[in-house]
Amino acid sequence: MGYVAIKGGGRAIRGAEAALEALRTAEGAAGTPLSLSTIEQQLRLLTSRVVSEGGLYHPRLAALAIKQMQGDTLEAAFALRAYRSTKPRLLEAPLQDTNRMRLIRRISSAFKDIPGGQMLGPTNDYALRLMRMDLAHETPEAFRDVSRRFLDGVADTDLPDTFPKVVEALRAEGLLPPLAPGKRAPFDITRDPLVFPVPRSAALATMARAETGSLLAMAYSNMRGYGDVHPTVAELRVGYLPVMLPHPVTGEPIEAGEVLMTECEVVAMYEGPTAGGPPVFTLGYGACFGHNETKAIAMAILDRALQKGMRDGPGNPSEDPEFVLLHVDGVDSMGFASHYKMPHYVTFQSDMDRLRTTQAKAAAAAQNPTRGVPA
Amino acid sequence: MNAGYELPLDEAAYSFGFLDEFAKREIRRTVLKAISIPGYQTPYASREMPMGRGFGTGGLQLTLSLVGAGDTLKVIDQGSDDSVNAVNLRQFVELTCPGVNTTEHTAEASLIQSRHRIPEVALTEQQVLVLQVPYPDPLVVVEPSEARRKVMHGEGDYSRLLTKLYEDIVQFNEITISHRYPTRINGHYVIDPSPIPRYDIPRLHQSKALVLLGAGRERKIYAVPPYTEAVPLAFDDVPFRTEDFLDEQGQRRACARCGARDSFLDELIGDDGRKTWHCSDSDYCNDRLADQSQPSAEFVR
Repeated sequence: MGYVAIKGGGRAIRGAEAALEALRTAEGAAGTPLSLSTIEQQLRLLTSRVVSEGGLYHPRLAALAIKQMQGDTLEAAFALRAYRSTKPRLLEAPLQDTNRMRLIRRISSAFKDIPGGQMLGPTNDYALRLMRMDLAHETPEAFRDVSRRFLDGVADTDLPDTFPKVVEALRAEGLLPPLAPGKRAPFDITRDPLVFPVPRSAALATMARAETGSLLAMAYSNMRGYGDVHPTVAELRVGYLPVMLPHPVTGEPIEAGEVLMTECEVVAMYEGPTAGGPPVFTLGYGACFGHNETKAIAMAILDRALQKGMRDGPGNPSEDPEFVLLHVDGVDSMGFASHYKMPHYVTFQSDMDRLRTTQAKAAAAAQNPTRGVPA
Repeated sequence: MNAGYELPLDEAAYSFGFLDEFAKREIRRTVLKAISIPGYQTPYASREMPMGRGFGTGGLQLTLSLVGAGDTLKVIDQGSDDSVNAVNLRQFVELTCPGVNTTEHTAEASLIQSRHRIPEVALTEQQVLVLQVPYPDPLVVVEPSEARRKVMHGEGDYSRLLTKLYEDIVQFNEITISHRYPTRINGHYVIDPSPIPRYDIPRLHQSKALVLLGAGRERKIYAVPPYTEAVPLAFDDVPFRTEDFLDEQGQRRACARCGARDSFLDELIGDDGRKTWHCSDSDYCNDRLADQSQPSAEFVR
């Protein structure tokens, strides 16, 4: 009976936890628990997605979240965010220079040859998506052999470290506007709510931790025709960015660690002269923690679309800052979708009260038209 | 990450109230502003909590920022202390706030966090009621853009909301808003009072207790301070009406457990398809039952 179901809430919650845990361990005697480093390494793109959407660069904790949430990216990113809420912000990092990224991959679709050269690196882009049946029964020996052989016989000195950025070349040629130093300190979305209109830095920060699929859907709407960014990827780069922080005593910048990240710069069609200068191409910027190229590209396209919307007023959903920025967060959207599973007895009782009253009035009016709805 | 890195074992040790002190301080400041401008949706950063956005994270952040050792907390959902979500939130506070007592009795609580109901028993000046809010803005039904709604609130422009009520009357001969009934606070801002039924709206008016409303996902806090006007939007010739729980004969239905005819009722459908009605406020219902099972003072004499 209905009423009983909401009683014993505490017992029901404990039971649900136990059932979930039983499913996680359902392999039984044949099973091996996943180690966190296995998740972090072998499911590296999953880990990437979770650190990015969680807005916290902690791959090991992300791996734990993935294990605990049984592979649900929304839930895992959510756990990482909640963990983040418990940590005070100790300092604000100065701007980081992505020229200094230690790259594992960088490409440009704008030029055949770029300073430093194209470097395909680890990508599935040109791999045939055919099932690799050999992975189904991979032996540990074969597994270890691959990693041992890769880069075997390549001297460390043969490996390039950093590359110049393609957009710098475009700037030097006057095809892109010169870099304007930011007038304001970047907006911190973890400390301030978005009150529209918001600066571009708030938009970038919101998209950097947005849910990949949501961001992609918005950007795709622009690509297909609800918008006209028509981007060219000036550069997409993936690599490890050294994080420079001021030394607590001397104040000198020191390298505190590095974060794996993906950065994308798209060039879009030019706009008319703004401040008297010649017409130039426009730029869209995307960047996120981890290796997630789709997200960085989607973000770069949306950045361009939103800049246009902020300037001229939105002509499409993807150009509307409010529409995009308030609907791309996975923690928010997933949470709210889930909340509909909670009891809504009281509100539904109210709904029924209104409907029954309205039905009764409609029935009375049908029986006696003269006393019906006033004209 | 370094191959040799191990997660520290105390990684999941939390401070009092889960949130870091800066977050709590920000929320307290926001609360002060919200009380100073009754009904104004005060933006705040809103931290992620370890339960879903939509499960009461706004209310919970208020509770965690306000509660201290020696406080007594009551958490209800749909009027019930034992509803899964209420249990979950209460357990979380018990886990992260040592020294805080919890209770199911409305009168014992110094702080009450609730979803969808205001307790039947009138609250006192010593109590604070925290309501969980999914949609903080009553104008969202007529204007999707938050930026435009902010201007409308500032100008006190609720004409489109009133038009919606009028159109309801034209189409249905009745205002169809069932819960989240738009209510004007202190003569200016109209609030979404959270999904409480219309039945609970009059309890906001001149409430002795401070009522705080928190929307975590939408990052807003607003307040109905004690002894403040709270008037539901209506017309002179079409008064505001609450749920009346009348049966086919026009009689007020009673709770099948305690017999109360003065409480908000849940409608239950039994296995045999028959309907019964019970108090939604479980503490109110239990108290009445306890009173009935005890011989009255007169009887003993």
